Amino acid sequence: MLNHDQYQCPECESMFAAWGHQVLAFSQRVGQAVLLNTRALMMMPLMFGKRIRGEVAHQMFLTGIKSLPVLTVVALFTGMIFALQTGLVLEDYGQEAEVGGGVTIVMLREMGPFMTALIIAASVGSSIAAQLGTMTVSEEISALEIMSINPVRFLVMPRLVALLTMMPLLTLYTNVLAVAGGAIIARSQLGVELQAYLDTAVGIARNKDLYSGLLKATCFGYIINMVACYQGLYTKGGAVGVGVATRSTVVISFLVILITGFILTKVFYG
Amino acid sequence: MIRFENVVKEFSNRPVLNGFNLHVHKGETISLVGTSGAGKSVTLKHMVRLLTPTSGDIRIDGIRINDLNGDELDALRSRFGYLFQSAALLQWMSVFDNVALPLRENTKLPEREIEQKVNHVLDQVGLLPSADKLPANISGGMQKRAGLARAVVIEPDILLYDEPTSGLDPVTSRSIDELIHQLQKDLGVTSVVVTHDMISALTISDRIAMLHQGRVLEVSTPKEFLISENEIIRGFLDSQCISPSFFDEFPEKVLS
Repeated sequence: MLNHDQYQCPECESMFAAWGHQVLAFSQRVGQAVLLNTRALMMMPLMFGKRIRGEVAHQMFLTGIKSLPVLTVVALFTGMIFALQTGLVLEDYGQEAEVGGGVTIVMLREMGPFMTALIIAASVGSSIAAQLGTMTVSEEISALEIMSINPVRFLVMPRLVALLTMMPLLTLYTNVLAVAGGAIIARSQLGVELQAYLDTAVGIARNKDLYSGLLKATCFGYIINMVACYQGLYTKGGAVGVGVATRSTVVISFLVILITGFILTKVFYG
Repeated sequence: MIRFENVVKEFSNRPVLNGFNLHVHKGETISLVGTSGAGKSVTLKHMVRLLTPTSGDIRIDGIRINDLNGDELDALRSRFGYLFQSAALLQWMSVFDNVALPLRENTKLPEREIEQKVNHVLDQVGLLPSADKLPANISGGMQKRAGLARAVVIEPDILLYDEPTSGLDPVTSRSIDELIHQLQKDLGVTSVVVTHDMISALTISDRIAMLHQGRVLEVSTPKEFLISENEIIRGFLDSQCISPSFFDEFPEKVLS
């Protein structure tokens, strides 16, 4: 049941007015998040500055290198699970040799960017939100503003650069490992020779599959940064607020990534 | 130098500053005291435009700052040093890098000159041996001193202190008071101190302003403040066991 009070709009006289208030507040938050990331995007030429490039490199290290262990495990097992499931079905029709093509197409087009984005949203996105949220509630962001240091240039832009550059590279890494994982299963469980697996993998995939997947990954990186930095910089309410910002970052990122993934698939293949 | 003219600030239709008037003179140290929620920290944040008044004017050297933006706002803020209640040091940087940050970001000074300036202020606040430590690895008092070093390294005209002694033990609090007073003497800056700590306010201030319900109740010298007959001020002093003969009982407390 809808509760008038839950919309935090005491001056709203009806339920519809409260809904309208909520829609406006939501639109305002989306606008602020988009504006924040757009500002960071426009500041990207500054990333080569002497004093900021170290921070950019550090963020690339945190996003890229630090994510490799978990991505390695996830990618290998995703490829293995997918090869096993599709291979068992294909085996019924005597088509198990085609399993390489199936794994490659699905990874390049959908699962590679999607799995990578989920891992990065949960690890890097939540970490960004928690760090910026803590800085906000402990007045470190205000301190930067008073020192005339633009938080968007100093904090948001390096993270955006790191996510935009690392997401396609990590997706590529995920794809390669997933295909390799599929090859292990194809050889050991389905009796498909490595050469046959690779022939179908390379033969069926097109350049468009690779490029569309990498473009998706870049878009997902943009989304993760937008959600995480917005949630962090607009944190309110101390430690509880930081927890809310971190949780919201993961949940909202997942949802927006899923919806954007569908829209991009429709654009490329619809 | 800093003038609040009938300033009103509302949060969700609730006034925190309500017809607030205050004039801070150049070169003086003024303390803003009062109970929690009286509007002390909000007043401080208006001075550097972290907050914008709902109505009324704030002027610094006659210039209305309500609508400043961009470079003008940066120019205004470059005149201020601000010590936050939590010190607000960046946790991933060493004490040295925290203090060097405003110089590295806002000036074109060579690194060697920055190093000299930072070492000088760290020496002033007694933190030179801890320059390489991270904020998490030093005590609360040391963090406040590091925050103070960061505030003064840019050689500001105006220093703002938000609860400089809160959360510190009495001995460390008094050392912070002495440091504030010493910096005031050395740099000759205008200082505005927000505090609950009446001993601190009495010892470092030229004037004390008592805030109550978003307005200035009374502004007076520390000696006048001690003998004020205002009931709210008397209650505030009594709550901290400070008698009208404070300076006679503790003459060593007179710093300013």
